[in-house]
Amino acid sequence: MHRFILSRLLSAIPVLFVVSLVTFLIMWLVPGDVASQIAGPDASAEELAAIRDRLRLDRPMYEQALVWYANLFQGDLGQSYLLNRSVVDAVLERLPVTLSLTAMSLLLAILFGVVLGVVSATNHNNWIDQATMTGALLGLSLPDFWFGLVLIFFFAVELGWFPTGGYVPFTEDPAGWLRSMALPACTLALTQMGVIARMVRSGMLEQLGQDYVRTAKAKGLPRRLVLFKHALRNALIPVITLIGVMTGILLGGAVVIEVVYSLPGVGRLIIGAIQNRDYPIVQGGLLLTAAVFVFVNIAVDILYTVIDPRVRNVR
Amino acid sequence: MSDSAAVPAPRQYRATLREAGRQLRGLLRHRSIRVGGVLFGSVVLVAILADLIAPFDPNKNDFRAMLAAPDALHPFGTDAFGRDILSRVIHGTRLSLLVGLLVVVATGVLGTVIGTMTGYVRWLDGPVMRVMDGLMAFPGVLLAIALAAALGPSVVNAALALTITFTPRTARIVRGSVLVVREMPYIEAARACGAPHRRIILRHILPNALPPLIVQMTFVFSVSILAEAVLSFMGVGPPPPTPSLGNIIAEGRAYIQEAPWVALTPGVAIALSVLGLNIIGDGLRDSLDPRLRNL
Repeated sequence: MHRFILSRLLSAIPVLFVVSLVTFLIMWLVPGDVASQIAGPDASAEELAAIRDRLRLDRPMYEQALVWYANLFQGDLGQSYLLNRSVVDAVLERLPVTLSLTAMSLLLAILFGVVLGVVSATNHNNWIDQATMTGALLGLSLPDFWFGLVLIFFFAVELGWFPTGGYVPFTEDPAGWLRSMALPACTLALTQMGVIARMVRSGMLEQLGQDYVRTAKAKGLPRRLVLFKHALRNALIPVITLIGVMTGILLGGAVVIEVVYSLPGVGRLIIGAIQNRDYPIVQGGLLLTAAVFVFVNIAVDILYTVIDPRVRNVR
Repeated sequence: MSDSAAVPAPRQYRATLREAGRQLRGLLRHRSIRVGGVLFGSVVLVAILADLIAPFDPNKNDFRAMLAAPDALHPFGTDAFGRDILSRVIHGTRLSLLVGLLVVVATGVLGTVIGTMTGYVRWLDGPVMRVMDGLMAFPGVLLAIALAAALGPSVVNAALALTITFTPRTARIVRGSVLVVREMPYIEAARACGAPHRRIILRHILPNALPPLIVQMTFVFSVSILAEAVLSFMGVGPPPPTPSLGNIIAEGRAYIQEAPWVALTPGVAIALSVLGLNIIGDGLRDSLDPRLRNL
């Protein structure tokens, strides 16, 4: 088991290397002169030279890359042009909001997705099943940021149950925090809820057709036990593998939803930085979010082998 | 002539066409494909006929009718510049399908080439797939936003950013099929007969990698439509006043209280296209790729 965890951690090294390289190269995609893009149209020649010097834009590419990696290994992602602080500090300060939004919506999606999937499977092919599955399909076809605006319109503007946006820190007012996170988390959960419901349904249907379920029924086990203790447990295994992929989708989605609901997370930081051409922040936000995603995937892989030891033996 | 591998002789060609027609008819018997096809087909029709059916010029300002509520003249109201929302949404749908199509074609070609090469040429597999893994390690939307922001706001750059984001997964799917097919006895037989690599790849391996690729392409299409809307909503897609669906929603966001129709109408258009494609995708998966039926 330890060897498996170690090998999984080691396999993250090449991935993180490519991730950091891509992040470095994104600056290189910026068309034209980066310095004049940063400084704006009426910058003087001295200002441009100062920026070029500070960012080493006048140096060859390999030198820029070496400096990027040398700093990276020291945990230094550069300075923000506008915020006047280090990129790492700025991103780490915002990360908890993004991560808690992601985690909350993941929980909601799993909870409701599993319930809907089970309800659907146990009502196979009747109207409940069809209604649930139509709902799930509709859910994963809606643009989430737009659905966020719909929720704001109904629950915040029309009914006034929730704030239209803004953030209350958990440490200040837990209830207010929950109210400020409720709509964003529901918005983000919607799509993945549909995906999970569809997966749980087909997993349950497959398990319910297996011999061991027939045996369990035949020996007179209550239906509740057969469904939840036997069938659901096995139907959930593929859902666990999906959690890794979903975290990535939700992290990306959280970035957009933060903008819709004016939450002070990494997403709004990045978008603000894009508008102000504060590229180090864009790079830092991208890199750190991707790193979180890589490690979540490793954690999910390890969790998966704990739950289903067969996977370990295959390797 | 070795060219016969790439360009089939006329008689073979007719047989291939007949076979394709037969398969298409088989697919159309599937209910989801028909339902999704009608839904998505109508959206495509609206997009093609945009110039004919849009009642107004999508960028024509009318300062006498700013934020006008839906009525007979403007069925979905107007925005803050008095522009007709229906016309803007119709043209926005055209743009979003265009971006989706560009991404599907580019991703399909790149994904097939990369997937086939890595699956077939062993020494390419390691290095190229590491790069693909690295690209897949980014949350997709975030990578697309950062790429589009760096490239600058335009239709082509949005399509480019989405292509870079979606190609790795497509390549991985093609590679998966190629790795399975490569070990089949009939490939060994073809090789023993002295068939050149090009012929083996084009005639024997690719046709078998096609079904999962087609399913993946409907998925890429629907995700691209959603992602293009996200890019324009975030201000890194086609720049305003281009009537892209994401732009209209972003512009309507400020007026969600007094004029909700501006932000809400385009979302329905996005949902219709994506829903149609998802239903088609479900049907295709059922009939083309039975292994994936449980996903």
